[in-house]
Amino acid sequence: MISALTIAQAHERLKSKSLSAVEIARACIERIESVDKSLNAVVHRNFDRALEEAKKADKKGAFDHPLAGIPYLAKDVFCEEGVATTACSNVLRNKDFVPPFDSTTTKRLNTVNAISMGKTNTDEFTMGASTETSCYGVTKNPWDQTRVAGGSSGGSAAAVAADECLFALGTDTGGSIRQPAGFCGCTGLKVTYGRTSRYGVLSMASSLDSIGVLTKTVEDAAIVLGTIAGKDPLDATTGDMPVPDYTQTLKSGVKGLKIGLPKEYFIKGMDPQVETAVREAAKVYASLGAKIVDVSLPHSPYAIATYYVIVPSEVSSNMARYDGVRFGHTVPERDSLIEYYERVRSSGFGDEVKRRIMIGTYALSAGYYDAYYRQAQKVRTLIKRDFEKAFEQVDCLLAPVAPTPAFKIGAHTGDPVQMYLEDIFTAPVNLAGIPGLSIPCGFSKENLPIGMQLLGPQWGEEVILRAGYAYEQATEWHEKKPTM
Amino acid sequence: MSLSPTQVRHIAKLARLTLSDKEVSKFSRELTQILDYIEKLKEVDTKGVEPMSQITGLDNVTRTDTVIERPATTEALLATSPLPIVDQQIETPSSLG
Repeated sequence: MISALTIAQAHERLKSKSLSAVEIARACIERIESVDKSLNAVVHRNFDRALEEAKKADKKGAFDHPLAGIPYLAKDVFCEEGVATTACSNVLRNKDFVPPFDSTTTKRLNTVNAISMGKTNTDEFTMGASTETSCYGVTKNPWDQTRVAGGSSGGSAAAVAADECLFALGTDTGGSIRQPAGFCGCTGLKVTYGRTSRYGVLSMASSLDSIGVLTKTVEDAAIVLGTIAGKDPLDATTGDMPVPDYTQTLKSGVKGLKIGLPKEYFIKGMDPQVETAVREAAKVYASLGAKIVDVSLPHSPYAIATYYVIVPSEVSSNMARYDGVRFGHTVPERDSLIEYYERVRSSGFGDEVKRRIMIGTYALSAGYYDAYYRQAQKVRTLIKRDFEKAFEQVDCLLAPVAPTPAFKIGAHTGDPVQMYLEDIFTAPVNLAGIPGLSIPCGFSKENLPIGMQLLGPQWGEEVILRAGYAYEQATEWHEKKPTM
Repeated sequence: MSLSPTQVRHIAKLARLTLSDKEVSKFSRELTQILDYIEKLKEVDTKGVEPMSQITGLDNVTRTDTVIERPATTEALLATSPLPIVDQQIETPSSLG
């Protein structure tokens, strides 16, 4: 199947002219048309333009860039000129927001002639861990359609796992790339905060949001990262660090590499199959010549509480712009401005967005600021220090992505705190701003993918990509495909 | 820590949201659960620890105030508004109520 090719494989065939960009784009479109009715991973389709762009790429014919002619999907928070972008929220859906400009990331991809095909499902404004808060309904897991694909980048993960595209863009604020990649059995890369530009991506929590990629292999993740990474004058939080050629160092192996197992990531209550799979992966690394070291990140048990103060606080501020004036949803009653705002926001936002806006408003209000927001900011410092100390001893860390494989649709919808605990192993990474790579490391007895994550120091994407690639070469988990 | 229906209504007002009575009771229960969980943070000894608002290590990023690109025209930006456009301005409901 053409749409099942990796980026590296498709690039080779484009170069040798044994396949055209139009053929690859058509194959992805046909795949979406045949499987997406049940999966619900793709929410806005841009197929006519995709075919036009593919034709142009074929006409140019050189395919020098590894992404030229490669079709991709972007999570429904990436602005693209002329393409509906709604964050899967009624506040932007009722009059579809069609941005008049491009995000830096899609612009960089489109400049090298990657083919944008449309937008993928997400929890509303990326707030969730299951894609269940999307106004378009849940994305189903390609391995078991009674289960969630994870979230919030559930649409992107399901689309990659089901071969609807060659790669997809996602965002990760507390695990939103890594957890769905783990649930769907694909590769998910969350970069160092500031490695990629957030310009033109609808914000959730600005000090934590990071732009990343979901792919079929680690090598593909390295290819896409090399294209989208780097300083952007339109996002002042991007770093000036040089962008290495990630594909160069990928194959240097793990001999002598020190890999830490953080003891706080193997806890009571997690599925024993997940623990076994990750410990088996550690054995694979040992057999490849890496040194496995036990480490401790003592403040991990406070990460979710910290995260769920900082995120809602930033959410309450970021969501203020959705007031029915500059974009999106409106109501017919227009007697007074304040009432208009209230009507637009109350009818446009879903429950999880409202919960976060209210918790944030409360945590930032006079009299509570020190006890909640300031205390959370201090604990964030301690969590970051934990990681810094660990990286004095080891080159990277190995941990599970989530405590369980994909859960049933509806399992946590009545209990927000249970849903928040889904982020228990992923959120600390965002608080510390470091990179994480999620890759498949086994299957449960129900035949559901299990994911592990490799965590690196700030700006240390190279080491986790290298470790991920070495594991992928030694195992076959990433080659398994769901039967659909 | 529990949030009473009156407090929930007050917070909603600050956040420019209106809630039905049913929503007030639902959110007061759910927000209380969330705040109970967050209480955990009080256990952590943070004496002498500096709060952190961002992790980039960057400080006061400045640039010259020049136009580097014009990604969209005024008309295109106005066109995303759901409200009437009058003389290149968005006509909002009256702020005087």
